[in-house]
Amino acid sequence: MASANTAQAKTQFGYRRHPDQERSGANVAQHPVVVVGAGPVGLSLAIDLAQRGQRVVLLDDADRIGEGSRAICFSKRSLEFWDRLGVGDRMVEKGVVWSVGKIFHGASQLYQFNLLPEEGHKRPAFINLQQFYAEAYLVDRVEQLPDIDLRWRNKVIALESRNDGVALTIATPEGSYQVHASFVVACDGARSSLRQMVGAEFAGQVFEDQFLIADVKMTAAFPTERWFWFDPPFHAGRSALLHKQPDDIWRIDLQLNPDADPIAEKQPENVRPRIERMLGHDKFEFEWISLYKFQCRRMAKFIHGRVIFAGDSAHQVSPFGARGANSGLEDAENLAWKLDRVLRRLSPEALLESYHIERSAAADENIRESTRSTDFMAPVTKQEARLRQAVLSLAKDTEFGKRMVNGGRLSVPSVYDTPLSSGDRDNWRGGPRPGASMLDAPVTEQGGGSSYLTEVFIRQGTRFTLLEFGNGAAVDVPEGVGSIRVGAEGGLVDTQGLAGKRYDAEPGTAYLLRPDGYVAARFRNAARPALDAALARAAGLS
Amino acid sequence: MALSTSSNFAKPDDAFRAIVEAHRGLTDAQSADLDAALVLVLANHIGDLDVLREAIALAKRRTLDASQQQQQQQQ
Repeated sequence: MASANTAQAKTQFGYRRHPDQERSGANVAQHPVVVVGAGPVGLSLAIDLAQRGQRVVLLDDADRIGEGSRAICFSKRSLEFWDRLGVGDRMVEKGVVWSVGKIFHGASQLYQFNLLPEEGHKRPAFINLQQFYAEAYLVDRVEQLPDIDLRWRNKVIALESRNDGVALTIATPEGSYQVHASFVVACDGARSSLRQMVGAEFAGQVFEDQFLIADVKMTAAFPTERWFWFDPPFHAGRSALLHKQPDDIWRIDLQLNPDADPIAEKQPENVRPRIERMLGHDKFEFEWISLYKFQCRRMAKFIHGRVIFAGDSAHQVSPFGARGANSGLEDAENLAWKLDRVLRRLSPEALLESYHIERSAAADENIRESTRSTDFMAPVTKQEARLRQAVLSLAKDTEFGKRMVNGGRLSVPSVYDTPLSSGDRDNWRGGPRPGASMLDAPVTEQGGGSSYLTEVFIRQGTRFTLLEFGNGAAVDVPEGVGSIRVGAEGGLVDTQGLAGKRYDAEPGTAYLLRPDGYVAARFRNAARPALDAALARAAGLS
Repeated sequence: MALSTSSNFAKPDDAFRAIVEAHRGLTDAQSADLDAALVLVLANHIGDLDVLREAIALAKRRTLDASQQQQQQQQ
């Protein structure tokens, strides 16, 4: 059903025989990195690695982009990552920009929230974009990068771990072949076959409630906001969600009873009356209908020898909160620079352990938040239902009640408690602390052009970068470290004062940013010894 | 001191979750007992009869609203 709307994006790809397939035994091809799974996570990871100069083999067992809109909400953080990969503009041009959510109880609005109430950011809080568009744009970018070798209909069927890497057996329409990889990254989704091959458990909580997704095509004047209902008049006793996508497609999520018959519920003739009650008319067509239950779970360890797991293969969350695809993309950006350094032997392999530490803690946070939202929408016990009812009724008149209503807590970047950070030694009243991601702010360049800190960071090469505020002479940065200067002679001008404010800056303040844009350390007065120590720590060298 | 109905927890979800989890595994009667004890403990902590009366009034108004709504729905 999705094909009608993807005319402008290529979704079908061909299998092509690769010379690796002629090789066998002692002669098999050796590759530094093989990424398995060409979904949003695998594609983004491959692009990041290739832009850092790594050669990547990217395998996918299908030969086409998946059907259905699936993930639709992409966060500011994901857009900033995609900016670095050269695809951000295309995503935002096609996507539906939004930042306001409204929560209804019954027929009346309880409250509304704005996820990005302040000005001066390059990217919005969220865009909605069908996953197939995101994947198609990423594939287009992959095709511009000769260092990525994307092989469709290549399915990993066996994996053998060795000391110096991994031997993979890959099935194709023309039989199977082997390759050897120094590292394999498994981005092969929730039903990851690589996870089974390494024998890892994937335990967690199963939710009994069923949810129905319907993408409907219609022209409607609803604002581009996220609307969530508890106990709506058109769907008594349950919850519902309405969200706009590009091409006049609207995502509708309806919570069903735990005992609802999945086959019957999915029939368009049964879905149609519900949606008619919701919209108050019948002028819509179905684009995609899907029924799902979900689990919240994660692997105990994201790294198994030289096989690294990223995205849904490593962790699964409930869909309320846009924490699935966005957290997978954060995995990719977290891993890419570390793997690049390890492959170049600039950092020891132990640096990769910080990927597990940082991203498994993020997965725990995402699971905790999305489990709470799910429990609030579908209370497990009678007492829980009573408490929820109390919150919803108190929310009408009280601020504290509004804040307790949980209709989904939307994805924000995690703050890492990580061995790569150097703790604060100076006094700070604000600004992103070590382990938090950089904040965007508008700046004016010499010559008058307007830009953003996130853009300047990209132009510095998305590497370790010192962001300095201030007067006087520039800190003499170590070789290979980028430099951004705000408010100094010849530097960027903080025209609106927002950069200084967001970074709690005084003259001399400096932030050491990691290649993924996270803060590694910050100083009121950056001196070389402290900077060198922070850099060594952030690179896993001390 | 007047009753505060602004949001006082840095993370309201944590507070809600703590209460929900306190009830996990209890029967309905046990839950009611727990709530009764909890109300008395918290009332004593507040230690202000005016605030307590305001809180009772707010909670009662809410339950009245809810039962009125139910009656309307039944009609």
